[in-house]
Amino acid sequence: MEKRVVFRSAWLPYALVAPQIAVTIVFFFWPAVQAGWYSFQLQDAFGERTQFVGFANFAALLTDGNYLHSFRVTAVFSVLVAATAIAIALLLAAMADRVIRGALAYRTLLIWPYAVAPAVAGVLWLFLFAPSIGIVTFALRSIGVHWDWLLQGDQAMLLVVIAASWKQISYNFLFFLAGLQSIPRSLIEAAAIDGAGPGRRFWTIVFPLLSPTAFFLLVVNIVYAFFDTFGVIDATTQGGPAGATQILVYKVYYDGVKGADLGGSSAQSVILMLIVIALTVVQFRYVERKVQY
Amino acid sequence: MNLKKIGAVLALSALLAPAHAQTEIQWWHSMTGANNTGVNELAAKFNAMQKEYKVVPVFKGSYPESMTAAIAAFRAGNPPHILQVFEVGTATMMAAKGAIVPVAKVMADAKEPFDPKSYLPTVTGYYSDSKGNLLSYPFNSSTVVFYVNKDAFKKAGLDAEKAPRTWKEFAAAAEKLKASGQECVYTTGWPAWMHIENFSAWHNVPIGTKQNGMAGTDTEFTINSPLHVRHVAMLGEMAKKGLFTYSGRRNEAEARFASGECAMLTSSTGAQGTFGRTAKFAWSVNFIPYHDDVKGAPQNSVIGGASLWVMAKKPAADYKGVAKFFSFLSQPDIQMFWHTSTGYVPITQAAYELTKKSGFYEKNPGHELAVKQLTNKPPTENSKGLRFGNYVQGREVIEEEMEAVFAGRKDAKSALNDAVRRGNDILRRFEAANK
Repeated sequence: MEKRVVFRSAWLPYALVAPQIAVTIVFFFWPAVQAGWYSFQLQDAFGERTQFVGFANFAALLTDGNYLHSFRVTAVFSVLVAATAIAIALLLAAMADRVIRGALAYRTLLIWPYAVAPAVAGVLWLFLFAPSIGIVTFALRSIGVHWDWLLQGDQAMLLVVIAASWKQISYNFLFFLAGLQSIPRSLIEAAAIDGAGPGRRFWTIVFPLLSPTAFFLLVVNIVYAFFDTFGVIDATTQGGPAGATQILVYKVYYDGVKGADLGGSSAQSVILMLIVIALTVVQFRYVERKVQY
Repeated sequence: MNLKKIGAVLALSALLAPAHAQTEIQWWHSMTGANNTGVNELAAKFNAMQKEYKVVPVFKGSYPESMTAAIAAFRAGNPPHILQVFEVGTATMMAAKGAIVPVAKVMADAKEPFDPKSYLPTVTGYYSDSKGNLLSYPFNSSTVVFYVNKDAFKKAGLDAEKAPRTWKEFAAAAEKLKASGQECVYTTGWPAWMHIENFSAWHNVPIGTKQNGMAGTDTEFTINSPLHVRHVAMLGEMAKKGLFTYSGRRNEAEARFASGECAMLTSSTGAQGTFGRTAKFAWSVNFIPYHDDVKGAPQNSVIGGASLWVMAKKPAADYKGVAKFFSFLSQPDIQMFWHTSTGYVPITQAAYELTKKSGFYEKNPGHELAVKQLTNKPPTENSKGLRFGNYVQGREVIEEEMEAVFAGRKDAKSALNDAVRRGNDILRRFEAANK
């Protein structure tokens, strides 16, 4: 007798996946195709006049120095956010894993920020770091740091990286903690008996066993930094000063929604989509090889 | 009841309905706080006056948000009757010929009495086409003024009753304020509006060709002129010396003045209400400073704020109600109510006179100063206003380049050259999309 569950009906499996597919088509493929179509058009704000302009929107973007600059900004931002969020989450998870008393309270508190909306997270950090009234600003000034992210691009970048990774740390923490708890105690105990210290145990046993989780989080965090962080940027720096924090997705939003330039904005989102597809392919082809399942 | 009967009843009620029901006029706006209350009161007054139409004000978020919402609603075939659009959106609205109905036409079609000459020329000029037809109704107009913390002036040994009139005097006062221990000497709200747009009008120099874009979409920015470069360089120099503190692209600077952190501020007239309530020091409202070696300066400042656009694709009969509402808004007493409760300037000469007579300005000289600054001289081609396509993005570009100067990363000349080049790219895109 066959042990797998097999659908005997010809249509039932399709019916069961149909809702998923419908959702994907309506909320992903349809907008993506529309963006692709709009990216070849030049349209006025109200959609009264539409011209087909071929690749003109793309050409305009790729010859615009500021657009190319925002690639660099995005790369720096994404790497910083992903690295910070993963590293700190791993550290916290390793610590929380060893806590015996009140473990639940610690975990709950560490997971909490994930429930905060990006815009709210942005505003929270904005208040802490506000150039004239922020508590952190005040502290920094008392130790002689000139904190003014309204003009200093590096400081503005630091601010949005902190705000964006703070939120993501909770999410990463959750996965790392689950990963840590699924590692058999016996392995670690055996290593301890053999004389391996905590650091060595971590790097030679725990970390390799966590690598599937870490890889998954790497992909998710890069996607997060590329797409989900625009709320943080909008609530804090709005891409400024002088474009220092203008990441690609924020520019898509700004040009499309506020600037009412649908063609240019669509062309940008097509480019962004291609980048993320390419990045994900690269990650799966090259980084995944180093992962031990 | 069978289906046929239901159908008959429905058809009948549809026929009868217009005779009974009021016609609703949807008005989308972006007014918050005291201004929101003002908007609701205006609608309530109009609705109480007559029974035929009912104006329904709907708050739709910030200026860019309500404009985006209206664009989406228009594309879906159901725009509001009246939409409040901020001044930088003017060119975009104007170019959308099929989406809007010019106010002059709305008034003429409804045979409502309407005389453009009774309005302040600086205000109507901003919202009229090159032939002088009023396209949108100038609802809330403000301008940029110069605020001074009188207590800080006294502390620095300056004459608190004499605010600096020129940038030279300004620099001298700034040095003294700094020496007296003032941490933030000067800051500004709306940097491009103040230091490019109003600066240009005040000194009677163009912001762009083709009458600042009013005479055609084939306009180009001219804000890299020697005078502009000199002014922005001066600000950069002041930032370096700690005499000018940058606060951001919107009105963030106002809070820093209200708290006493900054001693001088250039920002909207609309901030007076807040200062009146929150500032714990004596302050004054003054003309914005000018460079006294520039011939003809000071000219007049330009307005900011927003106007009301009438959207197309509505039932023809509704427009009569819109026209009636605009006539109502133009009445001197209504204008005075709006002016005195919000700080926006009155848009008709009669309303200005009426407010003057009421003695309001003796207690609130700042409100009158804005009017005086706007009407300082008859407006020229350079000071009538400006109209640049996609200026939401254009202004952003200018502000980005200004920030680079204030941060000391670029010199004023190359920054303004870049602003012109990038700004012109945006203008060309707009021109191509609106051919």
